Order: sequence, then C-alpha cells, then structure tokens
Amino acid sequence: MADSSAVKELTRFGSTQRRDAWWIEIIPALVIFSAFIIYATWRAFEGKFYEVGPYLSPFYSPLIDPEHHWWRFSPAILILGGPAGFRVTCYYYRKAYYRAFVMHPPSCAVSEGEHRGYRGEASFPLILQNVHRYFFFIVAVFLCFLWYDAVVAFKFPEGFGIGVGSVIMLVNVLFLTTYSASCHSLRHLVGGKVDCFSCVTLGAPRHSAWRFVTILNEHHMLWAWLSLFSVALTDLYIRLVASGVLKDIRLL
Amino acid sequence: MAEVTLRVFRGDRDGGKAVDYQVPLTEGMVVLDAIHSIQAHQAPDLAVRWNCKAAKCGSCSAEVNGRPSLMCKTRMDALPHDQPITVYPMKSFPVIKDLATDVSWNYRVNKKIPPFQPRPGVEWKMDQRDVDRVQEFRKCIECFLCQDVCHVLRDHDKKQQFGGPRFFVRSAGLEMHPLDGASRTRMLKEELGIGFCNITKCCTEVCPEEIHITDNAIIPLKERVVDEFYDPVAMIVRKIFGAK
Repeated sequence: MADSSAVKELTRFGSTQRRDAWWIEIIPALVIFSAFIIYATWRAFEGKFYEVGPYLSPFYSPLIDPEHHWWRFSPAILILGGPAGFRVTCYYYRKAYYRAFVMHPPSCAVSEGEHRGYRGEASFPLILQNVHRYFFFIVAVFLCFLWYDAVVAFKFPEGFGIGVGSVIMLVNVLFLTTYSASCHSLRHLVGGKVDCFSCVTLGAPRHSAWRFVTILNEHHMLWAWLSLFSVALTDLYIRLVASGVLKDIRLL
Repeated sequence: MAEVTLRVFRGDRDGGKAVDYQVPLTEGMVVLDAIHSIQAHQAPDLAVRWNCKAAKCGSCSAEVNGRPSLMCKTRMDALPHDQPITVYPMKSFPVIKDLATDVSWNYRVNKKIPPFQPRPGVEWKMDQRDVDRVQEFRKCIECFLCQDVCHVLRDHDKKQQFGGPRFFVRSAGLEMHPLDGASRTRMLKEELGIGFCNITKCCTEVCPEEIHITDNAIIPLKERVVDEFYDPVAMIVRKIFGAK
C-alpha cells in the first residue's frame, strides 16, 4: 500500500472512507455481463432456431457450414471469437470488468487490498489486450455481413416487406456499427496518431475523420451497452419466432 | 447558527488520530473554509497546504468523506451532516503533518520526461486544429488527486515502476504537440510503466479540471506504445515508409 500513515487501516479489500453506496456502480455490470455471457454461450452451443424467413441471428452471422458437411458443432462456435474478442479487449469493457469482476479496483478510492504481484496490462496475460485493433478489423468484416443480413431482412418471398424482425435487425446493426465506429483504436488509426494534421498528407480528411470518431467515442460506453442489449434481443426475437413461441408481425 | 462536525486527521508520518471539531456553518462555505475556521479558533497548529482558494493552484488536495477532492471546491452544503465529515490527507503520499503530504516523488517522476524538443528546421507556426487537442492537457493544475486515486499507486505502491496519470497527461501534451520531434513511447513503456494502468478511469472521475485523462491522454498513448512495440503490421509499415 501507499505509505501515508493516516490511513493504514484502509488496506483490507473493500475498505474505504467513502460514505456513498459505491458498490451500486458495479452491480449492473456484474449482473448484465454475467447474464449476457451465459445467454450467448447457451445460444452459441444450441445450434438451432437461428434462422427464420429472411432473418438470421447475429450470433450466427456469417453462417458457415449450416449443413454440417465438415463442422459437426454449432456454426456460431466458428465465428463468435471475433465479436467476443472485440468486446473483451474493448477499452470501455476493460474498465467495467476490471472493476466488477476482478475488482482492480472495485471502485475509486476503495481498497482492493495489497497485491505485490500486480502487473496490470504490462505482462502476460493482460498484455494481450493490446491486440484490440486487430479485433476491430475482424469486426469490420463481420459488420459487412450483418448489414447484408439487415438488408435481406426486408426481402420476403413476395418481395419487399417490413416485419418487426426487419426493424430489430436494422436497429441492431446500427448500434453495432456505431459502437465499432466509436472504438478508441479506430480513433487512433484514423488520425489520433498524427501530431500535426496541417503537416501530413491528407491531413484535413484525417482530422475530419478523427473529429467524427472522437464525437462518437465520447459516448463509447453508451454504444457498448446499447449494442450489447440489441444483439442479445435480436437473437432472442429470432429464436422465439423460429421456435414458434412468437409470430413475426408484418408492418408492411 | 448550525454547527457541523469535522473529523480531521492530526498526526505525522509516525502515526496520528482523527480529532473531531465543531464548526459553525456559514452560507457558501467550502471544506477549506471549515479547516481555516478550525485553525483560527481551535487548533492553530493544524497543518494544511493551500494557496488560491479558487481551484486553480492545486494545493488543497485531501480526502473528504473518502473522496479525493480539492477542499476549496467541495461545498459543505453538498455533504451530509448527519455524521462527522472526514478530512484526511491524500492516502498515496507520506504525511508530513496533518493534512499536508509529501508529494515530492511527483517532481522526481516529472524529471524523467524529456522536455519539448522542436523538430529540426520547424516553422514556428501552428494550426489551431493541431493545438486544440493538446490545450486540454495544459489545464492540469498538478493537484495530484489523479495520482492519489490511482490504484496502482494507492493500493500497490508501484512508485518505482509507474509514473501515474498526471505524467501521462504531461507526456501526452508533449507527444501530441505539433512542433515536437522527440519520441517518448519507450520511456512511457519502460520508465513510466503505462502498461500498469488498467484504464479504470478513476483519475478522470476525480480531476477537478475535468481533463479526460483516460480517453484523451492514456489510451492514445497506449495506442502509440502498441504501434511501436506490439503491432507487427505497424512495425512493417514504419520500416517500409518510415512514417508515423
């Protein structure tokens, strides 16, 4: 611990002089992330009810080997590593789960106890968080498939149409795109690494791109939560329709 | 006149205890006013560091009800009065006396950072869009609240390996300066230990100048360290084109 003699007693895990209910901050993250992980894992392994009419669950897109010619397990298992890796290494989610799950620290000015071996993200395994930008590239490819799926969701056997599922899939891909476009690594790559926009080639468009991503990035946490909810709810809706629990309502 | 109880740490680096003082409340009073009232009427030997009383000098940092805060910016009417208000020195630094802490370690860290070095032959002219970004970092008043709340220093005491958020802000202001030609990425990785930071944003939460320390300084610097040391594609591109 730090060597202030004033607060030597504040070295136990969870000890603090804060009077507010600091633990309330971490409960939503703990509950919602846990629920999402359990639901997504179950759905990934379920291997059915992922496609109905023009709708394809985002957990299964792109759909690879649905007929099980060479892959005998659920097709979702082949692809979920991409979006999962993007979220796990995301700068916002790191903050959230370091606080809620690992308790490094549980909250600001709340002791996590003394850990002599603490290395943060400076050594294995957490040094691997630096791979985040590569997951961004992978997710950018996934987004192309999800946009394709969202467009296809408006194509019914009799032609163009709008169902509740079409709207849900469109909203979902919008949230996922905004979340991805507000990524800190993207912000760095499009212009954050430039020190002098007025001195480099294509400085003006790079500055504009950096400004645009910065505006989105200011609400990265919001986009992270909205897209987490939207992807789970989109899959849930398609599952309920595919399994016959719900009937998709046609709006047009 | 209503009174409120302040529970103030009294002691030095060898130890101490909390002492309760009754202070009359006045309109618009801040915690520093209450401490001054104690000094004036009850404990003239109470040590407290302060200067401007306007949240600009960064001197009166302390922990009020457990939250790292500037005493001059913390209003008494914003605190609950049903229990004594605790006023303790910053936990991450050694106590000199009462509320005054020894923050000299910060100045030693500061010396590790290479100062501004203009690029050779640089034209002394800056575009507004290039300076907008670094101006935010110039707002820092060196109150060291971010250093105090950072768990790497506060709980793990990694003062030998880690520089802390304040010096990532300073480094960002230099690294992103449009006329600067020095690279500080190796220093950030090896001497200031930026990898120890796990971006839990407490530094941003306590900053009285509302600098977006994590999003605008630490994460962009982490990304620059990735460019330099962890991204093989960026390394190859740099090798071929020799550019940033």
